[in-house]
Amino acid sequence: MTLRAIISTKLGAYGYFAIALAVAIALLFAWVFFKGGYLLTVLQLAMIYGVFCVGLNFFMGYTGQASFGQNAFAAIGGYGSAILTVQYGWEPILALVVSMAVAGVAAVVVGYPTLRLRGHYLAMATFALGLITYDVSVQWTDLTQGYMGYSGIPPLGIGPFTVEDDKLKLVCLAVILALGVWVSSRLRHSRFGRALRAISSTELGAAALGIRVSRYKLLAFIIAALYASAAGSLFAHTVGFISPEVFGLQMVVVTFTMLYVGGIGTVLGPAIGAVIASLLPEVVRSTGRFQDIAYAAVLILMLIFVPKGLSTLASIGRRRPIKAGAEG
Amino acid sequence: MALLEVRGLTKRFDGLVANSDIDLDVPEGSLFAVIGPNGAGKTTFFNMISGFLQPTSGTIAFAGVQITNLRQDRIAAMGLVRTFQLVQLFGGMSVAENVEVGCHLATKGGIGAALVRPPWFRHQEADVRAKALELLDFVGLGVQAEQEATLLPYGQQRLLEVARALAAKPRLLLLDEPAAGLNAHETEVLADIIQRVNRQNITVILIEHDVALVTRIAHRIAVLDFGRKITEGTPDEIKRHPEVIAAYLGTEEAAHA
Ligand SMILES: Nc1ncnc2c1ncn2[C@@H]1O[C@H](COP(=O)(O)OP(=O)(O)OP(=O)(O)O)[C@@H](O)[C@H]1O
Ligand SMILES: [Mg+2]
Repeated sequence: MTLRAIISTKLGAYGYFAIALAVAIALLFAWVFFKGGYLLTVLQLAMIYGVFCVGLNFFMGYTGQASFGQNAFAAIGGYGSAILTVQYGWEPILALVVSMAVAGVAAVVVGYPTLRLRGHYLAMATFALGLITYDVSVQWTDLTQGYMGYSGIPPLGIGPFTVEDDKLKLVCLAVILALGVWVSSRLRHSRFGRALRAISSTELGAAALGIRVSRYKLLAFIIAALYASAAGSLFAHTVGFISPEVFGLQMVVVTFTMLYVGGIGTVLGPAIGAVIASLLPEVVRSTGRFQDIAYAAVLILMLIFVPKGLSTLASIGRRRPIKAGAEG
Repeated sequence: MALLEVRGLTKRFDGLVANSDIDLDVPEGSLFAVIGPNGAGKTTFFNMISGFLQPTSGTIAFAGVQITNLRQDRIAAMGLVRTFQLVQLFGGMSVAENVEVGCHLATKGGIGAALVRPPWFRHQEADVRAKALELLDFVGLGVQAEQEATLLPYGQQRLLEVARALAAKPRLLLLDEPAAGLNAHETEVLADIIQRVNRQNITVILIEHDVALVTRIAHRIAVLDFGRKITEGTPDEIKRHPEVIAAYLGTEEAAHA
């Protein structure tokens, strides 16, 4: 038996994928640390978008529902953090947690009536939610300072220890994202996660087995809102500045791209998608005035050749032996 | 008292009367069959009993409790579990995972337990896994456990739905044409499975077109035609009933034409 064969029987395709992924992440972080500067910011934002997408994946991926308004909850997090720390001098961590709680309550208030709607109605309702939130953040200037937004938002920290250094910020954000992915993985592989995935496939089938469809949809919606709010707060504390544009329609488009590029409904896909879609513009920048075209071309190629997302590359090797076994 | 008591059950779709004033008593432990030609209203009947359709009028009592207009999942939680004529398998999941979802009612634990994974939860997960494989062996799908469920041949998809419904530990199992798409041998296997389920003290109501199959395994048969229950009785009584012969020979001929 060759060494290769031994490794492959021990590891399987998932093992290879995990190693490749770990190496890729290590190289990426090493490169960004070495280069520093602007790339650090790009990767920081990728981590924050990652948190948002991992949450959105609960609702859109695992549960198979459409939401175009998740940016509303990111806005609650961002503005909650900004207002509580800048106006009232709260601890950033406390502001983040309280904002998440507010977003959770908002998700219940919005989700309870709308999740009874199906298909397009739900999508429309969430879309309206996103637009209304944007309008509120522009118009309600007493609270949000309108287009001006908030600046001077303090960085995260615990007591006297604050995360000011950009490299340290990145590490903290990466740890938070990893934690978010871990939670997602635990929940997916459980009774709860199976119920969500059953609903995504057929609500009739799920209900016939005693799954409370509306309740589980609402729970997934709340989880997505909590992640979104955390992402909004992290943005505020990392960049130090927010305005309505940060949480606008652009955010919906960007995060959808990330979800589909990485692999919607998978555990790692949202995080992988967030990193790839964030770095891609930097990579194609070298093509000068063709960068938009190059960006779009790469995305389209990915959707053609890896339609279920990059994270599904792991299972390509896995299917083969099963098929071969079934045939032989 | 019968396990299922249906009184005056009626369903109108605009002008069409899909179920008209149906009375039915299904005793606990019985293997009951509902037959009737295409469009007779059999699936509509099941849909109302299992809460997927609201009756226009009439009442349904299960184990002495009124379940008319109760939500589907609450009816399932009481032990009344159904399969679908148009299979409703969970795509993107393996055959085994489909049955694991079926264990939902028989297990507990939500977000907190999934995150913390206390010992009882880990045991339960292992039990769920074992139970799924056991049920798959029971319906003869053990070998396909890891396969994507929706890639199974149609006949096996129906067997998987039966296994999945059994995982919910039903007291009353409603099977809507489980033999559709099965060949003669597979139908034999299915008949055996249904009888074994019934011997585990699970009451079964079976919708079926295959009259030979039904008269062989059912204890009692109700016949629907144009939304009405035209008769009910033992297999022998049903086989001799003139209206049944008329209705059935009619559709058989139509089917062969
Ligand atoms: N949701 C619905 N809306 C309108 N009409 C319906 C609906 N469901 C069923 N029907 C009609 O009610 C009648 C009974 O349908 P049902 O599906 O209950 O018959 P069935 O006995 O199950 O037939 P089959 O043997 O073909 O499955 C049919 O005429 C059908 O077209
Ligand atoms: Mg039918």
